[in-house]
Amino acid sequence: MLDDATKERIEQDIKSEDVVLYMKGTPVFPQCGFSAAVVGVLTHLNVPFRGINVLEDDSVREGIKSFSDWPTIPQLYVKGEFVGGCDIVREMYETGELTEMFQTRGIDAQPA
Amino acid sequence: MPMQAADIETLIKDAFPDATVVIEDLRGDGDHYACRVVSAAFAGKSRVQQHQMVYKALGGRMGGELHALALQTSAPPAD
Repeated sequence: MLDDATKERIEQDIKSEDVVLYMKGTPVFPQCGFSAAVVGVLTHLNVPFRGINVLEDDSVREGIKSFSDWPTIPQLYVKGEFVGGCDIVREMYETGELTEMFQTRGIDAQPA
Repeated sequence: MPMQAADIETLIKDAFPDATVVIEDLRGDGDHYACRVVSAAFAGKSRVQQHQMVYKALGGRMGGELHALALQTSAPPAD
């Protein structure tokens, strides 16, 4: 279920920065292997991002799943658009599509 | 109650009769699976759409009864 207030907040949050990651825990202390994996990929590519800890707010934790019609966390958003969860981000990283996607959207993504 | 691999396969094959489905129980606990699905239904669809199609076939169990499903989807190679 997604109430209007949560929907509005999500719409603002996903545009608050170029790259936003809804995750369990924080970038410094991820509390789930899948969230940690996406943090690892973004860190490796030196892509700055905002981590939103869904464990702090159940309405966001459930609301984001209805918002994107995606049943799990983490969820990666780039320039307000849903990119995928852990599987898709990892697959795109391995094929090079992730770096390409960042660069075509004007976001520098260079491995250290 | 964690799901059995056979149940996952049945649900996916019901929705995608042409699909080849390979499931691996990553930790032997019935809660962490890897699953590869190849079906013509995915042709022309983005990865997000393909995965959403599989999640629908699983009838809302993804993220609940089914905690972790490392999913890989693709359309069969055009020959």
